[in-house]
Amino acid sequence: MIFLRLFWEFFKIGLFAVGGGPATLPFLMDLAGKYDWYTLEDLADMVAVAESTPGPIGVNMATYAGFRAAGIPGGLAATLALVLPSVVIMILIAKFLGNFSENAMVKAVFSGVRPAVTALIATAIWGLFKVVLVTEEGKVAMGPLLLCVAVFVLMQIKPLKKLHPAVWMLAAAAVGMVFRL
Amino acid sequence: MQWRDLGELYLTFFRIGGLTFGGGLTMLPMFKHELVLKKNWVSEDELLDCYAIGQCTPGVIAVNTATFVGYKRAGVAGGIASTLGMISPSLALITLIASFFQALVENVWFQHAMTGIKGVVCALMLNTVITLARKSLVNLVCVAVCAAALVSALFTPVPTIAIVVLAGLFGAAAELWRRRAGRGGHKV
Repeated sequence: MIFLRLFWEFFKIGLFAVGGGPATLPFLMDLAGKYDWYTLEDLADMVAVAESTPGPIGVNMATYAGFRAAGIPGGLAATLALVLPSVVIMILIAKFLGNFSENAMVKAVFSGVRPAVTALIATAIWGLFKVVLVTEEGKVAMGPLLLCVAVFVLMQIKPLKKLHPAVWMLAAAAVGMVFRL
Repeated sequence: MQWRDLGELYLTFFRIGGLTFGGGLTMLPMFKHELVLKKNWVSEDELLDCYAIGQCTPGVIAVNTATFVGYKRAGVAGGIASTLGMISPSLALITLIASFFQALVENVWFQHAMTGIKGVVCALMLNTVITLARKSLVNLVCVAVCAAALVSALFTPVPTIAIVVLAGLFGAAAELWRRRAGRGGHKV
């Protein structure tokens, strides 16, 4: 049954995605290969929507993925499953482990997990790059690539650093329509 | 604990969830404004502690923070009410957008716009990875763990969960080894 599947898969994501929203991306990518809920191309759209809508990105992604898989109940199942481990773990920590983040063992575990998560997110993003920046015929998609490079460079300039991501996205939408990317 | 308290928790986190873009660290100022300055539910130090915990526990950081603050205010029911408040705006907005998206996707102008947006999303993502790498790759051991995870993820069928768990075990083992070697210190 699809709702149980969704619930189980997103429960696992909630339990193992350490480091917030972007950390869910590698897992969502795995799901694209494992089920026919959504394709990698859909996932690129989903990231764009999740980034430009209010709310935590991880929650947005779960709702979207669940909706794609099984409509409104699907979105509900995926989102609740994603946050369930958080709720249980945080309540246990609040109740029993006052100085959890100061614990030497906890610190040690996460000093190992953190670089690995960076690698996983980098891998997932590499996958997204291949979807967005390469056309179906296997050629480089020049339009999106130029936009990506231009915005990346502009974002490194001090006064533009703080600019809201939605501003870049609006500008990109305009560029996309004007040049018919 | 009263229904009114739970309702207030729900609404406060609903507002934070519905008005903040991004997530993770970009949400911190909003949390501070609502929870520290307006409601006086937690001190700024407590909020930062909470964020520190949220970053080294699984799950979405904003949700972890919501559960934590809600629990401190009104027990288990408070934690649940806050979390539900945090995710409600996402559920509503994303469902709405996702339903329209299916219809819009046939439109050629919308496709042009999305192609542009996805180019920018790539740039934003690249920025995220660089920020993460700067924060997490603080010494050679970290670089080695990152490289090992990268190779495993790209070229082997090792599941994502296994990579996370193995990296955690490695961190713990390194700490135990350091303790046995008696060199002390808690920095890896």
